[in-house]
Order: sequence, then C-alpha cells, then structure tokens
Amino acid sequence: MRKRLKRLTLRQTAKNLQEGTLSATELAEHFLEKIQADVFNAFITVHPEILLEQAKEADLRIKRQENRPLEGLPIAIKDNICTKDVRMTAASRILDTFAPPYEATVTERLWNAGALLLGKTNLDEFAMGSTTATSAFGPTKNPWHSLKAPKQDLVPGGSSGGSAAAVSGELALAALGTDTGGSIRQPAAFCGITGIKPTYGRCSRFGIVPLASSLDQVGPMTHSVEDAAWLLEFMAGHDEKDATTSAQSVPKYTRAVGQSIKGLRIGIPEEYRTNDMDSALQSFWEQGAEWLKEAGAEIKKVSLPHTHCAVKTYTVICGAEASSNLARFDGVRYGLRASEKNLHDLYTKTRDAGFGTEVKRRILMGTYLTSKSSHEAYFEKAQKVRRLIYNDFVNTFHDVDVILTPTAPTGAFPLNKIPNDPTTLYLNDVFTVPINLAGLPAISVPAALNAEGLPLSLQLVGRAFDEETLFKTAAVLEKCAVFPRAGWEDK
Amino acid sequence: MTKERFSLQGQKAVYHVTIGLEVHAQIASRAKLFSSAPTAFGAAPNTQVTFVDAGFPGMLPVLNKKCVEQAAKTSLGLRGTLNKTSYFDRKNYFYPDLPQGYQITQFYKPIMEKGHLTIFREDGTEKVIRVNRLHIEQDAGKSLHDRDPNFSVIDLNRAGVGLMEIVSEPDLFSPEEAGTYVRTLRNLLVTLGTSDGNMEEGSLRVDANVSVAPIGDPLGTRVEIKNLNSVRFMQQAILYEAQRQISALESGNKVAQETRLYDTIKKETRAMRSKEDAQEYRYFPDPDLPPLVLDDTWVEELTQTLPELPDDKRARLQKETGLSLYDISVLMGDLSVLAFFEKALSLRDQATPKALANWVMSDFMAAANRLDGALNAHHFSPQHLVGIVEMVATDTLSGKMAKVVFEEAWETGEKPAVIVEKKGLVQISSTEELLPVIDALLEEEKQKVAAYKGGQEKLFGYFVGQLMKRTKGQANPGILNKLLKERLS
Repeated sequence: MRKRLKRLTLRQTAKNLQEGTLSATELAEHFLEKIQADVFNAFITVHPEILLEQAKEADLRIKRQENRPLEGLPIAIKDNICTKDVRMTAASRILDTFAPPYEATVTERLWNAGALLLGKTNLDEFAMGSTTATSAFGPTKNPWHSLKAPKQDLVPGGSSGGSAAAVSGELALAALGTDTGGSIRQPAAFCGITGIKPTYGRCSRFGIVPLASSLDQVGPMTHSVEDAAWLLEFMAGHDEKDATTSAQSVPKYTRAVGQSIKGLRIGIPEEYRTNDMDSALQSFWEQGAEWLKEAGAEIKKVSLPHTHCAVKTYTVICGAEASSNLARFDGVRYGLRASEKNLHDLYTKTRDAGFGTEVKRRILMGTYLTSKSSHEAYFEKAQKVRRLIYNDFVNTFHDVDVILTPTAPTGAFPLNKIPNDPTTLYLNDVFTVPINLAGLPAISVPAALNAEGLPLSLQLVGRAFDEETLFKTAAVLEKCAVFPRAGWEDK
Repeated sequence: MTKERFSLQGQKAVYHVTIGLEVHAQIASRAKLFSSAPTAFGAAPNTQVTFVDAGFPGMLPVLNKKCVEQAAKTSLGLRGTLNKTSYFDRKNYFYPDLPQGYQITQFYKPIMEKGHLTIFREDGTEKVIRVNRLHIEQDAGKSLHDRDPNFSVIDLNRAGVGLMEIVSEPDLFSPEEAGTYVRTLRNLLVTLGTSDGNMEEGSLRVDANVSVAPIGDPLGTRVEIKNLNSVRFMQQAILYEAQRQISALESGNKVAQETRLYDTIKKETRAMRSKEDAQEYRYFPDPDLPPLVLDDTWVEELTQTLPELPDDKRARLQKETGLSLYDISVLMGDLSVLAFFEKALSLRDQATPKALANWVMSDFMAAANRLDGALNAHHFSPQHLVGIVEMVATDTLSGKMAKVVFEEAWETGEKPAVIVEKKGLVQISSTEELLPVIDALLEEEKQKVAAYKGGQEKLFGYFVGQLMKRTKGQANPGILNKLLKERLS
C-alpha cells in the first residue's frame, strides 16, 4: 500500500479510485495509520470510525459508478474551519470542546463532490502567527530537517503549519489552509509543498473563524499545482451567506495547467530585493526568472514603491479587525466559561484563561490602535496606505501579467530559535503580506533546496480573479524545478 | 404667528429647556437586519435566533434588502437627503445581550441626513423640527435581571432586529413639543408602513437629551435619559429632569453630562450604574459588509410606492375642506379616525366638510375612545355617519335628534334612515304640519298668550318647550320659532 501511494497526487489517486486499483477504505486506513503515529503533531482532531464509515460508503458509490469527482478522497482541514459536529478549536483553549452545528461553505462544496474529512489540523492560535508554535495543542514539527542539524526540530511555518506538515509529511494528500498575511504560502514554502491564496472574495469565508475579515482567504495546500487548481474549482464561487464573495464565474482552473506562457510578462519588483537579502536567495530568485524566460516569458523590472510600508500597515489593520472579531469569545454562549459571580470577572477570567499570549498581545494592540487617541494616526492612516499599496499593484499590472518573488526570506528555522521579539517575527511575512492588503491571488511553488537542504519556494502574484495565469505559470516553475517530493525522507 | 417659548421659573432666573430626541424604531420586516430569523413580537425566548445572531464562530452578516427599503422610504418621508452610498460600521463593546461583541450600525455615513418633520402644536401653530440623520442598525437582545436571584438571563430574540435610529436636532423646547414630535413621527412611520411604532411592545423607543439654560444664555450641559417607552413618561421625565437641572444649577453645582433612566414609579430620573470609564466604541467600517449603494432607478420606483405623506395630506385636506389646520391635526392624530373621516368625506353630498369634521371630533371620537376593539371592525361605518349628517344638512333631522340617532346607530349598527323611520324622528319642518300644533297650544293656553302679549317675554321659551314636547322633539327649531313668533304677533 505504502509503495503504491507514494508520490501519488490527488488527481492520480482519484484516477486510481475510479479505476478500482485503489479503494477509498484502503486509502483511509493508510492515512489513519500514519496519523495515529503523528510524529509531527499535525492533527488536533481525527475521527477514525466516521472516516472509515464514509470511506466504505464511497467505495459502494464507486462500485455503483455513482461516484462524484472527489469521491473517497480524504482532505485535511485546518482547525479554524468549521466542519459540522466535529470539535473546532482554532488551536485555542477558549473554544474548549465546542463543535459547530454548521458547515463552512468551502468544505460543504468539497463534501458534496464526494471528498471526506481526514481530520482537523494544527495552527497558530486563532491563525495569529507564522510558526504554529502558539497553538494551545503544542507546536507542529516540520518534516524537513537541516543537513547541518538533523536532530533539531524546525518550525513548519504558520499559521497553517499543521496542514502544511500533514501534506508534506505524507499524512494527507491535500489540505485546506487559510491565509491572512501569508499563512498558506509561508508554511507551504517551509514544508516544500504548493499552496495558493486565492483572490479576496473568490472563496466563501462563511464558517471560517475570521482573523482579519478584509484579509482572510481559504485555499488548498497540495503536492502539485494541478491538485491545487482542481480543488479550487470546487471551493470557489459566490456564496449568498458571505456578502464579500464575488459573483464572477469560476473557470476550470485545471485547464490552465500545461498551457504555454509564451509572451507572458513577468515582473520582478525592485523593492523586494532587500539590502540584506541572502545572495543564495537572490540567485534562487533569478533562477526562477530564468526558467520562465526559457519557457517564453518576458522578464521586466517593476516597482512597488510602498512595499516598505506593508508589514506595519498589515499589523495595524489585522490587529484592529482581529480585536473586534475575537470579542465574541466571552464565555457566555459557547466554549470555555470561567465560573464567576459577576459579569466583569466572567469576561476577564474566561478570556485570560482561554487566550494565549500572542492572541492577547494582538487583541490589546488592535484595541489600542482603534481607540480614540490612535484611531486617526494608526488605523485610518493604515487604511490610506493600504490604498497606496493596492494602487502600486494595479499600476504594475498595466505592464506585466504576473509578479515573481521568493515566498519567504529564509528556509524553515529551528523551533527553539523563534525570535522573542514579535516585530522580527512579523518581518518574516514581508513578501507575502502586501498581497493580502491588495486582495490579490498568489501561489507558492517549492523550487529548490537551500544550503541546509531545506525547501525554498517562489511566489507568483496575479491580477484579481486571474488565478488561471497563476496556475499556468506555476506549472512551468514546477516542471522546471523538479522539486523532490518528501525529500525529507531521504535525510 | 409664533408662540412664546416654553420656560420654567427657577428661584434665581427663568430657564429655557432644550430637547433633542433619538428615536429607535424597529423596522417592519419579516426577517432581521442581517439574518433570516423572524422578528415577530412575543415569541418564546431564544426561539428566533440564528447562529449569526448568536455570534457563533465563522458566522457572517448578510444585509436584508427589505430593511433598506423601509429605511429609504422613511428617509423620503422625512424629506431627507438619501445618501446614495452609505456604510456599515462596528460599534465595539461588551455586554451579554450583544453576542458579537459589537453592534453593526452606521456611524460615519448614514443612509439619510438633513431631514425634517413639521409638528402642529395645540395652539394651532406649526414648527419645523430638523432631523439630523436616520441610520440603520442592529437591535440588541434583552437582559432580564429579575428572573433569578443569582443570574441574569438573556433572550436573543431581539438581537439583530433592524432599527432605524432617527436623531433630531435640539429643536424641541418643551415636553409638549417633544410629545407632539414623537406622535407625529410615529404617525409617519405607521402611514409609511415602515415600523409598527408600538411603544408598549418596544418597537418604538425614545432617548431624550435635555439641557436647561437661563433665557439668553448659551446651551447648558445635556443629560441623556434612556429607554423611555411611552410618550407620557417621556414628558414626565423631561419635565422632572429640567427641574432637577435647574435646582442643581441654582445650588451652585454643575450639571454632569451623564446618562440617566426614568423611574416611572418614583417619577424621577436617576443616574445609570456608572461604568468604570467612559466606553470607547472604536468605530470602524465593518469589513464583512460592502458599501450600501442605492440605485437611482430603485429610489425612483420606491418614491412611486409611497402613500400620501402626512404633510401633503394635511395640505390637501385643508384645501379641500377649508378646515383649520388645528382641526385637521386633530383628525390626523389617529390614523383609523382619519381613515374614517376621509371615507365619510368621499361619500358626502349636502353635508359640509366642517359639519362632518365636527361630528367626528366630538360625538364620534368620544364613542370611539370607549370602544374596546378596532375601529374599522365596528359596525358603525362612514356611511352611517354621512347618513346622519346628510339628514341634518337637509333639515330632515334636528341636531338634537341626530344625537339620538347616532347613539342608536353606534350601538346597533342600524342604518340611520331606518332608525329615523322606525322611531318617527323625522324633523317636522313644514308649515302645514307645525301650524296646527302651534294653533292648538295657543288655543289651550289663552291666558299665557295674553300674558306674553302683555309683556312676559319669557313665556316664549315655555311655548317652545311645550311645542317640542308635543312634537316629540321633532319640530325644526328654527321654523318653529319663526311660526310661533308670527302667530304671537
């Protein structure tokens, strides 16, 4: 079984299921066995009996040739996405044993297409972070190890670290993550897998615990570009339960994979080349451009002048929205409730016990930044700068069709070497954050190993609702890179 | 003619009162503002709540178009500037009846600004009250503190119901004006069908901002009195508060800017349990909701669906009937009475609008007020009234007899013509019928006639009384008098 499943993509597995060379039950059993060991601490909740039941049913449907496109395929879901009647924690103590009586729209669409819930994956608490180390359920470990320190545990990135590690660690064929400032792309990069953050409004946020409502998007994390394109076909589209979704039609994204990029104009933003950029990273980035050029694309230098404002702008807006979004976790209607005799204590004791340090930090900061004394200088100012960052991209896309950058400034770093200073940590997101502010789609593709043998990825940014161009271009990079899937196994 | 402004006499000075009202009117719609839960009053607790209303994780608000329609209609009724683009903002604070931890409202740019409402005071003068804004917002749930000794309980049925907050400028100067404003506004809402305006059920609530200042001085510090749920209590509260402020000022104290509640039993205002610090609401645009953009065509079509607005109706009625503005205001004070009157107007022939109005404002309204059920369900119809008034107009019925017929028709629902026929109440106006009766009386009372002719003029009344008795009150008084005079001369 293991041999057969090794290196299969989601698409290939689906084909096998349809052809009968593989059964849904075998598939489920295979992953459940691996998850049982869960050496990476990638999962928070798994319901083996339910999954096996559903796999059996899937097999029956396949036999009767009543199978739907994703029939029997188990998908791991980040634990800030509500799946009906299954405990949802957002990696926090404050939700206690809460199980939502409703389903998120994006997962409902996957289940309607026949996919199965593999399990709920670990994340930074309330998606606040880029290491998954702030989870109340312990950190997730990156399946990859540095050549220089093979015994040292590395961060998988965050906040969708559980999903990234699960896919990378071959505990799942595919997973869903969410991305507010890079939380799909950066962990995908650290773990050497593919991840896409769609255009804001492309996928429904209904049933997804919001971090920053104007920045969040859910997206697939997969072994291949084609897998990501395929899952997005099911997930994307207007939802009447989410007023921020777009009515734009959903193309067959998989058709973009394999298309020629001849004549496509690729932009290399000058401002992303920071002064202290690692020369190896620089070369890696240039290699990416070279691959695309060889495939017929035109490489151009572009300018995004307000790039240097992005992290601060993001920090303000994200903090502000988060402080408001997390107000509902108060112990009154669901989740953890401190037993107290008055209202004030009920609120303060519940939230003090329920929230971790990073969450508290961001709530306090967000509250402060929207308070009377700071509102104009910070919050309103950040909104204005956001507009400028957005305009930078709009202007640039007059001259180019796709922008190419590295996804992260470094490869994965050690768990025990996480910077104490939050600001340093936030700077990790410097390449990914501007894209959320502008609401644009971006995909991360693993493309090389650094000197320590750790994954490096390239990020492609596209016009709003032009995921097709991203998939087209990413497929080229993927082909050229020939990235060693599960290369960590050979370490 | 402007009336002299209301004032209160203090010990040291005479004071003017300034009042601004914030009216919260529940939007008449089947579903809530951002969720599909029903809004019907009186349901069992927590049975009209969706997960969106209860602030569950991952839930999102979706705007109810009907609520926008109702708010836009009201805005048109207030002759305000409808903002083609307006926004929703979050007002952040913690309270158990606010599940999301924030209220969705419109802070920065409301749907309507710069409207006005004309009120008609008792003395017949009119006054224009400016309306600063109308905005759409969510209502909160209900907290009940008296159900359990150890716990407060929360009912979320009301959480998320749509409200229109209508904020007046501080243009009201007396409890009377405030009362008239609320009644006029409520009338408008009910006419438009955009709110039930029912203060007892809580679909209309008023917060009053009150300040006092010696005549000629600039405005004083204003105090807010929250959650007044009847016009009468509001007026009492305003008067009490104004006097309280005057006492405070005359004792050398400052009036604190605070929020107070009105105790309807003790009949006084008292400060609300103070929160530690002043709440900061940290308003910011709600990122879950796109801007509210109103289409020109949609607004135009909506304008076409508006019923006749009270102002227009008032002007039209005045033109058509020649009644005074005061009379018309009285008639317009109750929509069912008004409907009755207008129907009666449309049926009249000889009866004058003034006559109809007088009947409605006196006998009719007195009877209607005693009525238990709905006026339009009662068997006394506009046709009945017109029937009576027409007969008076044509001298078929005397005024006195008309009242008798009215009472009977009101009780039994019998047609006036039938009652008159059955009871033989037709007014006797013909000379042929009256003369014999007069002659008969004068023949019998020869002595009194002589006395009258001799100078006892008071006996005329006696003769009239006797003749009325003999004609069972049906003699036409005017004609009777004329004929009697002739006969006695």
